[in-house]
Amino acid sequence: MTDLLFAVMVGGYAAGAAAAGVWGQERGGHTASAAGAIVGAIAGLLLGLSGSAGGAAHHWAALDVAAVAGGVVLRLDVLAAFFLVLIGVVAAPAVLYGAGYVAGYAGRYSLRGLGVALNLFLLATSLVPLAGNVMTFLLAWEGMSLASYFLVLTDHEDPETVRAGTWYLGMTQVGLAFLLGAFLFLGAAAPSLDFADLSAAAAELDPAARGLVFVLAVLGFGSKAGLVPLHVWLPRAHPAAPSHVSALMSGVMITLGIYGLLRVGFDVLGGGPAWWGALLIGLGAASALVGVLYALMEDDIKRLLAYSTVENAGLITLGVGAGFLFQALDLPRAAALAVAAALYHALNHAAFKGLLFLGAGSILHATGTRNMNRYGGLIRRMPWTAPCMLLGTVAIAGLPPLNGFMSEWLLFQALLPGVAVASPVVAVLMVLALGVLALTAGLAAAAFAKAFGISFLALPRSDAAAAAHEASVTMRAGMVALAAACVLLAAGALPALAAAGAVASTLVGLAPHPPTFALWLSFQTPAGLARMSPPAVIAGLAVGLGLVWLLVRAVSSRRPVRLAATWGCGRVGQSPRMEYTATAFAEPLRRVFSAIYRPTEDVTVDHHPESRYFVQAIAYRARLLPWFEHYLYEPVLGRVRRWGRRTLLLQSGSIHAYLAYVVGALVLLLGALLVSGAP
Amino acid sequence: MTAASGHVLAAAQALLCLAVAPGLIGLIRWLKARMQNRRGSPVWQPYLDLRKLLAKETVVSVNASWLFRLAPYVVFTSTAAVTFLLPVLAVPLPLDPVGDLLVVVYLLLLGTFFLALAGLDPGSAFGGMGASREMTVAALAEPSIAVAMFALALGAGSTNLGEIVARAMARPADAVSPGYLLAFTALFIVTLAETGRLPVDNPATHLELTMIHEAMVLEYSGRYLALIEWAAALKLLVFFTLLANLFVPWGVATTLGPGALLLAAVTYVAKLAVLAAAVAVFETRVAKLRLFRVPELLSVSFVLALLAITASFLSR
Repeated sequence: MTDLLFAVMVGGYAAGAAAAGVWGQERGGHTASAAGAIVGAIAGLLLGLSGSAGGAAHHWAALDVAAVAGGVVLRLDVLAAFFLVLIGVVAAPAVLYGAGYVAGYAGRYSLRGLGVALNLFLLATSLVPLAGNVMTFLLAWEGMSLASYFLVLTDHEDPETVRAGTWYLGMTQVGLAFLLGAFLFLGAAAPSLDFADLSAAAAELDPAARGLVFVLAVLGFGSKAGLVPLHVWLPRAHPAAPSHVSALMSGVMITLGIYGLLRVGFDVLGGGPAWWGALLIGLGAASALVGVLYALMEDDIKRLLAYSTVENAGLITLGVGAGFLFQALDLPRAAALAVAAALYHALNHAAFKGLLFLGAGSILHATGTRNMNRYGGLIRRMPWTAPCMLLGTVAIAGLPPLNGFMSEWLLFQALLPGVAVASPVVAVLMVLALGVLALTAGLAAAAFAKAFGISFLALPRSDAAAAAHEASVTMRAGMVALAAACVLLAAGALPALAAAGAVASTLVGLAPHPPTFALWLSFQTPAGLARMSPPAVIAGLAVGLGLVWLLVRAVSSRRPVRLAATWGCGRVGQSPRMEYTATAFAEPLRRVFSAIYRPTEDVTVDHHPESRYFVQAIAYRARLLPWFEHYLYEPVLGRVRRWGRRTLLLQSGSIHAYLAYVVGALVLLLGALLVSGAP
Repeated sequence: MTAASGHVLAAAQALLCLAVAPGLIGLIRWLKARMQNRRGSPVWQPYLDLRKLLAKETVVSVNASWLFRLAPYVVFTSTAAVTFLLPVLAVPLPLDPVGDLLVVVYLLLLGTFFLALAGLDPGSAFGGMGASREMTVAALAEPSIAVAMFALALGAGSTNLGEIVARAMARPADAVSPGYLLAFTALFIVTLAETGRLPVDNPATHLELTMIHEAMVLEYSGRYLALIEWAAALKLLVFFTLLANLFVPWGVATTLGPGALLLAAVTYVAKLAVLAAAVAVFETRVAKLRLFRVPELLSVSFVLALLAITASFLSR
């Protein structure tokens, strides 16, 4: 069964890529390509579900090829299975959505290239968690990065997109360099580059080398997960990609960075000293705060979502970091809870972020702009997109009764045992982490009240928004599927958490199904710290809503609701110019956090020529200080450029000079060999 | 306590909360009026207001969508749902396994969120202003609520309300420990901010550029307004109940005998009256803060909460 599902998954993606390559410009080929990808995604999902049952890792021995170079080794264990499920949950709806969405690109851009790249991206992404050795892992990892680079470049006529692609490619290659470094250190002492051998060899490494490997892995995987300060590519590349690709990149690809951290940190290195956890908690908390603070200020809906991805990657990392810390403190059950909470949040984030990017894509498709200040009133014109987006908004804001709340509740509960640890340093760290988590949740609620409220409610703020249209059938189907996934992940929080708990307890070295969670109707955290029942909360709210409605109907006046103009202090007529904008909505928080944002504002007022009391136009420009670009990337890039220019001296263009370099290098090498006395 | 009697108790507590909430608002208004040398409307005036609003015609803006009509129900239901989880009269709570402090806090935030969306919906500048400010205050209050509550939870070893109360009753000396007092102060400040009381928001004004809550609900009328007013009263009651029964749990019944329950009800109402008097005195003594001074107040509350959790850590 496992073999069959694997074959269908690979076959589906391969067939999809082939169909796109051969008939990609025709409607039929385009549909066939999407169908192949959906088959592949569903097979991957089922493969993941079958692998979640636990037991020994499934190893496809028949596929071990090219053993000389380390070869291809594919293995399915519970950790890989969990991430395969996560990929499948977003991939199938996103591809379905994309089938309708890319119609807008027909005639402008190559659908052939898009179809091939999408299928290869999904294939490589699915192979990343299955990789059993370094070679396979790096091949799949690079395949994923390169394919997504081409996907980002879909809209390549826009210079902004090309710049975004360059940033992305640069950051992903820097990340790869760190990963190569980590694997080199690990592999130096190991008999082979298989993860099992690396794990055995890692136990022998001295603590400093293990620490170095861990830091390199955090840098490498952190750049993929979008952790501060390596997050700068996210708000550039994710918005530039087609929306269903953004959904996959934000929902799925960044979580593979988390997968890498778990695989290398727990599986290969087997955990480490407490500072590993503290490092991740610090990075996670910083990413969560920076992400949500910048999401709050964003007027571009897709950039807002990308910043919110930084936030959520931070929250997931916070949980993973707590896992490392608790394991170092010899609290394996608390560690399992923290990692399980992080995994469950990653799954939830995949579902609601995927949904929100698809919804943003529908709006973009309907209005042609990503600027929320040009939206408004879409709830009337998009009767399907609006409720789906509302659901996604409530979920991502971490509000009950949806899945975002369930995993945030768990994250809180996962950090709480840390406050009770005897070491004051750990306790204070945990209290601060809890404070950051709470602040992040509150700010996320504000950011998404803005995102939904300004986009969908009130009067249309532009002609494009007034003439918006609902998305096509496949696009709606994709959104509804992910909305359903959000509801199911909330109602089915207990089984989902049981699966995440099994993975987490395997990682921290407990028996696969420890009594971490008493899975009756309630979550039960270790030591009986807290209980909560997701199904009861959902049912209670649903029944309550119905009851209140019936009761109010019974006791209130029978007179019908009368429609009237919005009340406005006696002004005549209402225009969209009187409405609050996205910028205005976030203004109080911009002032509150001005020490972080360092906003610069630029107001130009045009007066009427007759009198200065009549204002004709006001131009308002606000800019925030881009800290990371300004203080980190610009100096570093500037230095790289200066060094680059210096090496130009060597590039004389004369073949004689180059031959002289070769001879010189040879002489130097021979001289070095002579001096060192090597045979 | 059997399961059946437990669920009857939970329902009875929720009904009691629903019934008492408007009276609490009435009491605060009456006390304030007396302190300001006014005669004031009677304590039961909010009940009459609710009846009047339910009987009145409902007017909705032409610009408003279905969300505007859905929001009052969500706000009321989420706030009313909280009352099922509160330790009002007796512990152990039958619904403790359903939700804890975090569920309470986030259910209230759900109401705030929908109210903010509803404020944006009719497209008036007032609504947008209120929504923006309400979300700002809610976001900034969030960390101090969480940390103050975790200070309590740490002492009790649980975030479930019934267990916190049970633990506090078992160790009465805790209630005067510095950790509890600091957490109480932090939560009291948050209560003022979250329920739109002075010095953060002025509940007595309807049309000023300084208002927050009233600006958001300006477009509501009739039964929708009744639901929102009732939910606002309930929210105040929820915070008062947390302050009263988590920090000063005496009087809360541990058995379901009629005598114990009667005593619990009497002490509960008395505690609410004391808190109402405190708020009334406070509101007559302080002026409203400028909006951009509010974050300072909330950061004071957060620091107090941090100190509370440190104190409960040290005293262990």
